[in-house]
Amino acid sequence: MDQVLEVRGLKTYFYTESGVAKSVDGVDFALGRGRTLGIVGESGSGKSVTSLSVMRLVEESVGRIVGGEIRFEGESLLDKSEKEMRAIRGNRISMIFQEPMTSLNPVFTIGMQIGEVLKLHQGMSSAEAARKCVELLKLVGIPLPEQRVREYPHQLSGGMRQRVMIAMALACNPALLIADEPTTALDVTIQAQILELMKELKERLGTAIMLITHDLGVVAEVADEVMVLYAGKVVEHGAVEDIFRSPMHPYTRGLLASIPDIDAEVETLETIEGLVPSVYDMPPGCRFAPRCKHAMERCLRSQPALVETAGHKTRCFLYGDASEEEAG
Amino acid sequence: MSEHLLEIKGLKVHFPTGDGGWFGRGRQYVKAVDGLDFSIRRGETLGIVGESGCGKSTTGRALLRLVPATEGQVLFEGRNILRASSGDMRGLRREMQIIFQDPYASLDPRMTVGGIIGEAFKAHERLSSREREEQVQELLSFVGLRPEHIRRYPHEFSGGQRQRIGIARALALRPKFVVCDEPVSALDVSIQAQVVNLMKELQQKLELTYLFISHDLRVVKHISDRVGVMYLGAMVEIADKRELYANPQHPYTRALLSAIPQANPSRRRERIILQGDVPSPVNPPSGCRFRTRCPEATERCALETPAFKDLGGGHRVACHYR
Repeated sequence: MDQVLEVRGLKTYFYTESGVAKSVDGVDFALGRGRTLGIVGESGSGKSVTSLSVMRLVEESVGRIVGGEIRFEGESLLDKSEKEMRAIRGNRISMIFQEPMTSLNPVFTIGMQIGEVLKLHQGMSSAEAARKCVELLKLVGIPLPEQRVREYPHQLSGGMRQRVMIAMALACNPALLIADEPTTALDVTIQAQILELMKELKERLGTAIMLITHDLGVVAEVADEVMVLYAGKVVEHGAVEDIFRSPMHPYTRGLLASIPDIDAEVETLETIEGLVPSVYDMPPGCRFAPRCKHAMERCLRSQPALVETAGHKTRCFLYGDASEEEAG
Repeated sequence: MSEHLLEIKGLKVHFPTGDGGWFGRGRQYVKAVDGLDFSIRRGETLGIVGESGCGKSTTGRALLRLVPATEGQVLFEGRNILRASSGDMRGLRREMQIIFQDPYASLDPRMTVGGIIGEAFKAHERLSSREREEQVQELLSFVGLRPEHIRRYPHEFSGGQRQRIGIARALALRPKFVVCDEPVSALDVSIQAQVVNLMKELQQKLELTYLFISHDLRVVKHISDRVGVMYLGAMVEIADKRELYANPQHPYTRALLSAIPQANPSRRRERIILQGDVPSPVNPPSGCRFRTRCPEATERCALETPAFKDLGGGHRVACHYR
């Protein structure tokens, strides 16, 4: 088996004064070497909590992984101690975030920050680390890398900072890269540069990428597979071409229709009426039912299971062989 | 009545930066907006697109005198508002309003919705508190909220609902012109569509003129009649939206359009990847500002500033080679 990451039945709940928030409620997926999985959803869908769970970075005072399994390179991450996890994070699994300014330390030079990763995880000497740093900056397309290593984050533009973050994430040649909204804070022309870079690196280094985003366009550009999350559950999962060509779940179809099409002209945009349900008060049946144009009586009562139809998985009673999900 | 509601002539907005050293002799200026000429027709939506730092928000604010202009004229129904006295300006503010990007930061958390929207009436109209409340309730139902929301506080609403409150506040005094500064950028995709549809509907009902500022070329295309593209404080192209998206002329517009992530894999287009970053607006490049990133730049581009010429039908472009 060539799976880098396998997640089965992941449940991450948060225990707060207002009640239990089932932010991630039974999520399954697997990711192979050199593959990119796009995880799409709106605020509160559980996409970021999924990635934090994989990194075991869920704030323990409020949240807990209450069920499921996460296997990384064949080993269970949920059985690892915090010390073992620290050796994995930034090394075999690394992460890039939305806001490159707040994820870089303003008082250290770029060289010091990337160098630290190399010294810590690879046991490099300062001189070796300095050399490798320049090499990494070159890899991610930063001009004048010898000069840039001596600069501080504020001296770089947003696009350059995100390149530095990517260089840092790739420093130890990770098997898995988690990119959480990596281009959301960037301008379109800079976004195009970064997406191009990610595609190129994936091919060159064979890194598996978990790309978390709300932008379906970004997913269509770089991912091989897409998983659409709604209120903590996977509603649709399949190959990029399948899902964009023939989306099945009413939520996915609604999302695609609410993006204005650059090549067409319509008077009013399709909308999904209503709001995402509160995490403390989920509808008893299908979680999308209260906003769904096609909702039937059955949808309000019971939760559909994720079933394979026409080459990809959908969680919806509209499709013939859909069955109900077992309680639990 | 003139076809144009607003005419902008040679508008410049420069901000001083740093302390300028002794006696301000070395003071430098951020040339946020550096010589704009365009007009806005009555009842249309003019979209302005561009990346961070291109001056699109500053332009919107300068039109309302929320930031002081350094040079130029802004004619609103023929009157230069940059020269208007503070008394005249007070009257003009009723007619020109703004909707902000961040519905979390632009509503006072300590005021009720009734207070936030009613404030406009307090400042501009003599109404009893009873009448004010009726007006606010009417506005709330107008933007798709419920009249009983009047006593709630901003934190009780979702992002999309807050933006509706922002819209109600802007429309309270029945303005003629509204600057919409990235009004849907902070919202989820499915909520964006709801708010965009609402704004279009209100425009028709109230005969509003919009200046719609956004970095999202897809949303701008949907809502606008004409679109202007800004780069580093200047407008590089403006045209009817169909013309601009089907037949972009400026190399920057072409790159920008090709960079839009396309959700439909069968409609992938050839992408133009621009090299490098936007230069500093303190010292913009000589000649054409885009030349440092332009794939077609020649020596002439460094020497001469291109004119903003009309290619016919109101399609204007600032490039030597068009």
